[in-house]
Amino acid sequence: MTANTRATHSIIEPNLPNTLQVNFTLTSSQQITYLDIDTRIPAKGVTAIYGHSGSGKTSLLRCIAGLEKAPNGSLAIHKDDWQATWQDSNIFLPVHKRPIGYVFQEASLFAHLNAEKNLRYAIKRADKKVTQEFYQRVIAVMGINDILERYPNQLSGGERQRIAIARALLIQPRLLLMDEPLAALDHQRKQEILPYLEKLQQSFDIPILYVSHSMDEVARLADHIVVLDQGKVIAEGKLTDVFSRIDLPQRLEDESGVILTGKVVEKDSQWNLMRIAFADHSIWIPDSGETLEQTVRTRILAKDVSLSLTQHEDTSIVNRLPVKVVAINADTDNAMALVRLKMGGEFLVAKMTQKSVYHLNLSQGTIVWAQVKSVALVR
Amino acid sequence: MILSEADIGAIGLTLRLATTVTILLLIIGTPIAWWLARTQSWLKGPVAAVVALPLVLPPTVLGFYLLIAMGPSGFIGEFTQSLGLGTLPFTFGGLVFASVIYSMPFVVQPLHNAMVAIGNRPLEVAATLRAGPIDRFFSVVLPLAKPGFITASILGFAHTVGEFGVILMIGGNIPDETRVVSVQVYDHVESLEYAQAHSLSALLVIFSFFVLLALYASQRKSSLAIGGGMPR
Repeated sequence: MTANTRATHSIIEPNLPNTLQVNFTLTSSQQITYLDIDTRIPAKGVTAIYGHSGSGKTSLLRCIAGLEKAPNGSLAIHKDDWQATWQDSNIFLPVHKRPIGYVFQEASLFAHLNAEKNLRYAIKRADKKVTQEFYQRVIAVMGINDILERYPNQLSGGERQRIAIARALLIQPRLLLMDEPLAALDHQRKQEILPYLEKLQQSFDIPILYVSHSMDEVARLADHIVVLDQGKVIAEGKLTDVFSRIDLPQRLEDESGVILTGKVVEKDSQWNLMRIAFADHSIWIPDSGETLEQTVRTRILAKDVSLSLTQHEDTSIVNRLPVKVVAINADTDNAMALVRLKMGGEFLVAKMTQKSVYHLNLSQGTIVWAQVKSVALVR
Repeated sequence: MILSEADIGAIGLTLRLATTVTILLLIIGTPIAWWLARTQSWLKGPVAAVVALPLVLPPTVLGFYLLIAMGPSGFIGEFTQSLGLGTLPFTFGGLVFASVIYSMPFVVQPLHNAMVAIGNRPLEVAATLRAGPIDRFFSVVLPLAKPGFITASILGFAHTVGEFGVILMIGGNIPDETRVVSVQVYDHVESLEYAQAHSLSALLVIFSFFVLLALYASQRKSSLAIGGGMPR
């Protein structure tokens, strides 16, 4: 694919680098709009397209791939060193001419070819010649060297998906689209394949759009997130910014919480704990074998954070942090409220009853102690 | 087993006819089946119905209309005459043409079913792997529809061997030109040569049995290997 520098009216200036300029409206035969999107999606690192089922996330991905044709839509990609328009009022680049890789939700290997020949199918048609070195690297990262001889019906679901990902990589795309690649797998297989996905993003410098309805996967893999609800973008930005927001629709409230990246700085072998330091604070969590200085990503759910006005010593909760209330959302139609807290340069979100907000007399600027009951180490 | 020279001639002619027809049908039937499997056009129903007509029509009715169409004043006859080929009835070419029409559903339907069974997904996958439409057809559709092609070939061949009515209507009974095995059996019976009728008939029974045996064996094997995709 040569760089396409043609300027079209549908591209809004300025063209930010490393973004995907997306404008799609999809209407069903009953005239119900189920996709109405006009936004920029980061085309760098891993961007999660997150939403519940029916939110339009798969439709959006299919529109980007060209598998779905949104009338009057437009799509352009701007990278540092190249840009291209894939769809506007004059152009609709067919799927096979877009420099993308696509991993489908369920196993999508060709049944008549064994694993290796599935890979060869991509190598033969790749955008640039696949070097032996690149091939070996893909095989190694996806850990598929021992299963290349097998046919798809002789592979487990996880193995098939690893071959499918390798096949998408070998086409050497400029953008990798993944449509819930783990959704068809059971919990154990998911855990088995997640490390490969992590290695994938560390080993290959390809922007990835990752569609998922699983917050666990998103928290673990993504840098950016676009949240879809009923076909519309309701939030987008850096992962931790979006999930520390307290104004998301109620159906996303269960996922409210923050994702914090920190470093292992201390180990307590007596109690089997390790201390994770963030920008200004640190917390103790069970030692799960990480090494000192290792960077980890943690997730603290709003429902696992409670507040008290004084620093209790007589509590079972280990992590107590001084924080400042910056916003309260008691706007929901049930008994609960979300409170956004500033902890140095980072944020926490706490979920409690509206009654508690009233009794503690919380308001913007109140200094309180946050008690963090549980921290999930997502990576 | 007593086979006269005429019997052997009839067997040779039958095999030549069935082979020619099967090859032609695979060439003609594949695009028709693919179009039927993919199209959303309103023409899909009418075309499918026309292709399936020989399944329900008595062979004599089909043969009658083909005879008229291929005759000197029929539209096919006028076309072949304008090409300087004369008219088709009572020639091997005429038999081939009629048999192609008559056996069409037996080839198109298994191909169609096999192609529908492939579904959209493998084609989408191939498109995301840079395969254009023609590449997709040859690299994905043909190999995945292979069981359908095997079934279609066997059925098309066997059905042409078993033809009688249409051939009698438009082919007549010319040795080494239009006298196929089924007509030869009829001739033997007409002339009360029961022993010879027996020999040829037994041969056809045995042949048919093994053809069908091969068909079911291939279906079992392919349904084990690829998992379905078999015609009705």
